[in-house]
Amino acid sequence: MRSIDAGYLVLAAILFSIGAFGLLVRRNPLVMLMCVELMLNAVNLTFVAFGMMLGDLAGQVTVLFVLVVAAAEVVVGLGIVVAMARRRPGATADDIRVLRG
Amino acid sequence: METTTVEYVVFGLCALIVLAGAFGVIWFRNPVQAALSLVATLFGVAVLFLNMNAQFLAAVQVIVYTGAIVVLILFVIMLLGVDVEEDLEEEPLVGQRVIALVIAAGVAGLVVAGVTVAGADLVSGARAVTGSIVDDVSNVEQIGRLLFTDYVFALEITAVLLTIAVIAAVVMSRRPGDVEPLPTEDASMEPPAEMEPEAEEVFD
Amino acid sequence: MTAVSMFAQTPLLTEQIVAPVVSWPAMIPLAVMALGGLLLLTFASLLGRRVGTPFFTWWTVMTGLIAFATAIPLWAQVQGWDRRVLWWNPENTPAGAFSTVGGAFGVDGFSVLLTMLICLAVPVCALVMAGTSERDGERHVEGPALMILSATGAIVMAGANDLIVLFLGLEVLSLAVYVLAAMNLRRVQSQEAGLKYFVLGAFSSAFFLYGIALVYGGTGSTSLVNITNFLAGNLLLGSSSVLVLLGVALMVAGLAFKVAAVPFHSWSPDVYDGAPTSSVAFMASVVKVAAFAGMVRVLVVGFGTFAADWRPVLQILAVLSLVGGALVALVQTNVKRLLAYSSISHAGFILLGVEAANETGNRAVLVYLVVYTFLVIGSFAVVSIVGRSGDAMHSLDSYRGLGRVAPALAGTFTILLLAQAGVPFTSGFYAKFYAVIAAVDTQSAWLAVVAMLSAVIAAYLYLRLVVAMWFVAPGEQTPKPGIRIPATTGVALVLCVAVTLFIGITPGPLTSVVDEAPPAVVQPPAAQGSELPADLLNLLDGGAGQESLTTDPGSLPSTSGGNP
Repeated sequence: MRSIDAGYLVLAAILFSIGAFGLLVRRNPLVMLMCVELMLNAVNLTFVAFGMMLGDLAGQVTVLFVLVVAAAEVVVGLGIVVAMARRRPGATADDIRVLRG
Repeated sequence: METTTVEYVVFGLCALIVLAGAFGVIWFRNPVQAALSLVATLFGVAVLFLNMNAQFLAAVQVIVYTGAIVVLILFVIMLLGVDVEEDLEEEPLVGQRVIALVIAAGVAGLVVAGVTVAGADLVSGARAVTGSIVDDVSNVEQIGRLLFTDYVFALEITAVLLTIAVIAAVVMSRRPGDVEPLPTEDASMEPPAEMEPEAEEVFD
Repeated sequence: MTAVSMFAQTPLLTEQIVAPVVSWPAMIPLAVMALGGLLLLTFASLLGRRVGTPFFTWWTVMTGLIAFATAIPLWAQVQGWDRRVLWWNPENTPAGAFSTVGGAFGVDGFSVLLTMLICLAVPVCALVMAGTSERDGERHVEGPALMILSATGAIVMAGANDLIVLFLGLEVLSLAVYVLAAMNLRRVQSQEAGLKYFVLGAFSSAFFLYGIALVYGGTGSTSLVNITNFLAGNLLLGSSSVLVLLGVALMVAGLAFKVAAVPFHSWSPDVYDGAPTSSVAFMASVVKVAAFAGMVRVLVVGFGTFAADWRPVLQILAVLSLVGGALVALVQTNVKRLLAYSSISHAGFILLGVEAANETGNRAVLVYLVVYTFLVIGSFAVVSIVGRSGDAMHSLDSYRGLGRVAPALAGTFTILLLAQAGVPFTSGFYAKFYAVIAAVDTQSAWLAVVAMLSAVIAAYLYLRLVVAMWFVAPGEQTPKPGIRIPATTGVALVLCVAVTLFIGITPGPLTSVVDEAPPAVVQPPAAQGSELPADLLNLLDGGAGQESLTTDPGSLPSTSGGNP
């Protein structure tokens, strides 16, 4: 394994954890959605890096599927956010917690 | 396989851009700034794909992510109003940030430790089980072949996935006013409190 | 490595593209579901106002039943029954489990049985949903259509032989369910529940996917066939197993979220509470079935060689879910939240079966899933009726004195609750019985003791509800006498109670079917006319060619057999 390969994996791990941290800490649903994208991008990076190390194309093909999933997730997520914001102007705050208790 | 200096330099630069963008996403209070930071990250990842000889993915990454997904997110931010800034000073739940930090650091720490400890043993997997990367054949064609042979089942499933996304967009974009009022057969029922479609005018 | 530009004139591969061998009969249940959902949407939009909820419900029920019927020949094929049941030429596919589409989709006893279960659960859920739509004067086609499409994802998960296929199935399943949760536009709680479910669901999917990526690095493939081949041929020890272990751990976390096992459960009470009750019935049944199917496929079938590593983790999850679910449920005053916690406790029981990772465990998982599916749909059907118009009355007070106001409804609920508590002569008894047997069987007697203790705690919980219905005077929130039970919901309730009592009195048929349903991962048949160079042709290397490699979970001796 080349040292740069390890670099890709470490970068992806850090990117993933930044996304995870942001998703747990931020309360704006749109920013949460962006954090999900960060996490998925970290996974994509990992897939391509492993594919390169293994000399295998499957990693790249998998990333294509992850892209489709990411796009579909964004559509659903934005749909729900918009539906909620219509009921409650300024609902980008932490109204998810209304249910808690 | 030699690593050229160019590869190192590109990796270093892009890693900086990616991480800076990622920090921007979780740092900026204004969602527009966060979205623009996200663009930086996605673009950095696209260049890293190029660095790893994944040319098709690099193009798709720019077209789909920065071109479609982020634009969609920006549209919705504009739709809902950009003036909403969240208060990052106040912690919503006691200890939430600590837990988040533990989870995030745990995942990154485990992977980094694994990479460091295992070193050369790390990638122990069988080499090129699915389809090896052929150097002098275009990336697009190789991916295309795999998509329509080994991954054809997965490809078909994504069709269902996209259908669901379309239905979701249709269902969720109905206005509350489009829903018929509740028939009041039960007199003891007070009407649901959240029926006022006040927000509606904003979007008309 | 010479970089090749995307745009450069490069030599094209001249070889013929060889499509993977597809066993079309194995695709029919999936195709029926996917097409059923699409055609339903098409007809609904073409016919407009001329069709309504009755048509949508009828269509969904028929789709589920047809898909169920087309799965029966697959079962015959897998079991090697008399070939007259099959309508296709069975020469190409020998009897027994097989995999198809280049090894992406597996057909074995486990996947066919769960496919049948999912196909039956969809019609029952559709009947419950029809009842609420009719009562609330809603006319939406999206609910039934999303249920059908979501069930397609569940079937994909039950048969996935490739981690990527499993992930896509999971996403098809989950995305549709997020929308189902957020679908009630009259209640803002519904959108909040959908958003919460979505955000945490996407979070857990990302973990699951990261796990797949690490496993890919560690084994060189995402296909379970290749992974099992690789793990069988290479002893991964020490630092070389780091990636696989980390990957499996992340996948367990992602799946534990979907089955709502403690400590990954925090979303489920809120989501169950806010989402429309008829969607919750689907969520609690089909989603759990699919998630457990995925868990069995990944852990027991794919990474059975790492059982010593993941079993302790599942034991901890099981204990936490069993005790935590039952204890927290005690203090709930909202029936939907109460049922959410009780279903967390049920997940603990199913985890006992997964954890056992042998034939007894497999029987425990399948029996529990079949039993639990109908119990939970029935229970939420009752909740949807008592919730009344607007789907808002779910406090415990609404159930006070229900026995006097609506004896039939209260009686039904009592049977379902007693079955959930595991009372003899109901299906729940056998479900819990086999789960405990599975724990005892693997020398984890302490797990069995914990399970029984938590069953006792949970029994108190259900009895409290039963007592409130029968021995307390009706209160202000109790439904008025003559509360209408929609005909379709009534049918669903009768079905659920019938299944519960039938299995409770004669469990023989179910256990004999379940014992024939071990999960397996089978080498796909070699593609015909493979003219491609070996490095582009794929999948089929790794060794065996036509010879099939079956991995049964059965490494540990089984001490119990037959019916108690």
